[in-house]
Amino acid sequence: MRIIIVGNGKVGNTLAEQLSGEGHDIVIIDRSQQNIDNLVNSLDVMGICGNGASYRVLIEAEVSRADLLIACTSQDEVNLLCCLVAKKLGARHTIARVRNPEYSDQLVFMRDELGLSMSINPERVAAAELFKILRFPSAIKIETFSGNRVELADVKLREGSPLDGIYLRYLSKIYKGNALICAVRRENKTIIPDGNFMLKAGDKISVIAPAGDMLNFFAALGAVLPEAKNVMIIGGGRISFYLSRMLLDNGVHVKIIDVDPSRCDDLVRLLPGAMVICGDGTDQELLDEEGIRDMDAVIALTGVDEENIILSLYAQTKIEGKVITKVNRSTLMNIAETTGLDSIVSPRVLTANLIVRYVRAMQNSLGSNIETLHRVAGGEAEALEFRVGKSFPMLGVPLKALSLKPGILIASISRDGKTIIPGGRDAIMADDRVVVISTADSRFEDLSEILQKGQHAI
Amino acid sequence: MNSAIVFYLIGLIVKVEAALLLVPTAISVIYKDGVTAEFLLSAAIAYLVGWLLSRKKPTDSTMYAREGFTVVALVWIILSAIGALPFYISREIPSYLDCLFEVVSGFTTTGASILTEVESMSPGLLFWRSFTHWVGGMGVLVFAMAILPMADKRAMHLMRAEVPGPIVGKLAPKLHDTAKILYLIYIGLTVTQFILLMLGGMPAFDSAIHAFGTAGTGGFSCKNASIAAYDSAYIHWVITIFMALFGVNFNIYYYLLMKNFRSAFKNEELWWYFGIMAAASLAIAVNIMPMIGSFGSSLRYSAFQVSTIMTTTGFATADFHMWPTFSKGLLVLLMFIGASAGSTGGGLKVSRLLIIGKAAKNEIKRMLHPRVVTAVSMDGKPVGEGTASGAFMYLAIYVFIAAASVMVLTLDGYDLETTFTAMTACLNNIGPGLNLVGPTGNYSFFSPLSKIVLILDMLLGRLEIFPLILGLAIPMPRRGKAKNK
Repeated sequence: MRIIIVGNGKVGNTLAEQLSGEGHDIVIIDRSQQNIDNLVNSLDVMGICGNGASYRVLIEAEVSRADLLIACTSQDEVNLLCCLVAKKLGARHTIARVRNPEYSDQLVFMRDELGLSMSINPERVAAAELFKILRFPSAIKIETFSGNRVELADVKLREGSPLDGIYLRYLSKIYKGNALICAVRRENKTIIPDGNFMLKAGDKISVIAPAGDMLNFFAALGAVLPEAKNVMIIGGGRISFYLSRMLLDNGVHVKIIDVDPSRCDDLVRLLPGAMVICGDGTDQELLDEEGIRDMDAVIALTGVDEENIILSLYAQTKIEGKVITKVNRSTLMNIAETTGLDSIVSPRVLTANLIVRYVRAMQNSLGSNIETLHRVAGGEAEALEFRVGKSFPMLGVPLKALSLKPGILIASISRDGKTIIPGGRDAIMADDRVVVISTADSRFEDLSEILQKGQHAI
Repeated sequence: MNSAIVFYLIGLIVKVEAALLLVPTAISVIYKDGVTAEFLLSAAIAYLVGWLLSRKKPTDSTMYAREGFTVVALVWIILSAIGALPFYISREIPSYLDCLFEVVSGFTTTGASILTEVESMSPGLLFWRSFTHWVGGMGVLVFAMAILPMADKRAMHLMRAEVPGPIVGKLAPKLHDTAKILYLIYIGLTVTQFILLMLGGMPAFDSAIHAFGTAGTGGFSCKNASIAAYDSAYIHWVITIFMALFGVNFNIYYYLLMKNFRSAFKNEELWWYFGIMAAASLAIAVNIMPMIGSFGSSLRYSAFQVSTIMTTTGFATADFHMWPTFSKGLLVLLMFIGASAGSTGGGLKVSRLLIIGKAAKNEIKRMLHPRVVTAVSMDGKPVGEGTASGAFMYLAIYVFIAAASVMVLTLDGYDLETTFTAMTACLNNIGPGLNLVGPTGNYSFFSPLSKIVLILDMLLGRLEIFPLILGLAIPMPRRGKAKNK
């Protein structure tokens, strides 16, 4: 597909990298020539210097041939104008980043009247993700498939976990229900394990299970953290506001620490239920004084990545519960992971993922039949959900008779509202939804591509 | 430096050359000229070298500017070294240095020859000589990008190093598609010219040779007298017009194909290019009218010569060394100006001179108004500060190289006109100069040292200096540093 991205900021850059990696034709528009030069040198994309909301620049980018335009400059108004002009010039779909809450009420109007396909608020997306993690704090993160019927959770094995030192074929002795460990990340490598794989403390495992069974699995591990009831948020930015509002609505006690008095004033007015502390969140004495020990979760959301990392490291030594860190710069994300912080949230990556998912869905209408895609195990493996068509050559054949390409695992099959974690005797039928885990470099557009060559013909 | 990817890419492209060598092999079979075995042997050697270099697929395929420059520099040198083999193995050119000179002159689309007599060469070798023009004109790496899937996202460094001009843009978001578009336009124009020449009564073989020579703005002919051997005003005009067309930035053709006429006609370089060409043709036509007679034929001769020199092709329909000094002076000036950026022609490029001129104007304005804020703009858009200073730097280094080359050439003791225009014709990838190296002369008499200097000049001119210098010079000291760690 031909995709135009306006604004080469944090989100624009991540999008360009991901989407061009998936083989789309990307044109990126930015005001800064230097910015464009850097991007064109590092990615196989076309760059145009100019204002993306201007008619002339959009014509130059051949917007009339574009399947999608994504406006993600720092200004909402520019993004909206850009989408408006692009739509009139013939772009098929438009996505705008709109982060000002004042506009969020009129999203439906904008979609219907201005022809906007989707609008994205990165801060709200991040807040929603944080909220999801806090509802289920045992996992590092959790994704859903097949209309929420299948869940995929990443979890880190701690010292003394009953899974430490267990071969996977003996997993059923510890946990009798339905669950599959589908990927393991160990020492910056992602492995798709088989029965002879031994788990070790420190591994990050990705578990796939039917929605109801996930909690049981964690219970069997003895790794259940209670749902967070007392949350401390350090940094009072937009994400903090959205998150607090969601938490307060669900009866969670929220304590927000921010250093800026006027921002604190605003927060108190906007969030009557929250306790707002005006002070320096990096001051450990202040944190101790405000009872960091009694918190179920601490979330570092200041505007400085480094501060968030240091804060979280300190918080981890103080509390048993969940510590979540916001990190925006991708280089720091890798470093943060190696320091042992496990729950890291990046608004930029989340926003980009959301858009990539939308692009995938658009592609479905163009022939590919991937329903959802999630990156698992630190982005090295992909979990792809396919809907099985009638053309799949191995319908009804037991899985043990299939020869799959290396690095492929069939993780779950959903049929008639039921989800099974398949064994060798199960088979794929038409209209099933199948989740496949892949570490392969190549992308799959269709389920039949997971088979070894030669099996297509049968 | 990631040398694994450098070797791998070079190997890949040498294998492409092996495939390209099969084209003249086929011609050689058709004409039964007895050099088929020599071509097959050369192709086999090329394939072997390519296979050895690209045997291991590199695990890390990241490529930065340095790898890009190194690949381009080495590819051009290795391709020439292998491309010289058919001449050497067949003994039709006895000295390997001469073979190398001839093939470098081919790949760099110079058209300077060390052959005193071309008509006795085998058709296969003549074809190969002109085919290198065609391949070298648009660029070997661009060709490879068009046909091979180059997955690396930083391959832009390769394209920028090989496509001439101060600013290199993409036509399509993907490099692979951009390269494909460029080659399709290139092939389309070449085939059109081939057909038009055939219609003018030129034999098919000659038409192909001259279409290749024109397309790559090279200038090798299969006749001793070049285009003057065909006494047809139609053929002269067809070649004149097509030379001019191949000197235009190929992006313009893409705009025309996309029906984006505004972008095409807004292009300042295009207007200057045709403007200079028309003005020079008229001036020379008037100047040589007393020699030729009618204005019609003097315009035909002057337009051909202006087009051939300005696009740096190097065909000839007249011995312009015999022309009045004014005409000769103007032609030498055109040698330096050269064709447009993004075309197959050489020289300094019209757009680079335009940028230099505009920047110089701004600097002069600054002398009067020290606080004035200025910006250089092209086609209604400002060009970056780096582009303007890059153009100045290019000009400076270009002058240094020209001066140094001339000094080495003077050691041979030929007259200054010959020496100076030999350097000019090679550095700007034209071919013929004046006096001994004029349209009726050749380069065979130079000493081996001078030939090596001229070979380097041709490569420097084709790759626009920096890729060759950076690609060859930079890795050396770095290697020492890395060991110290």
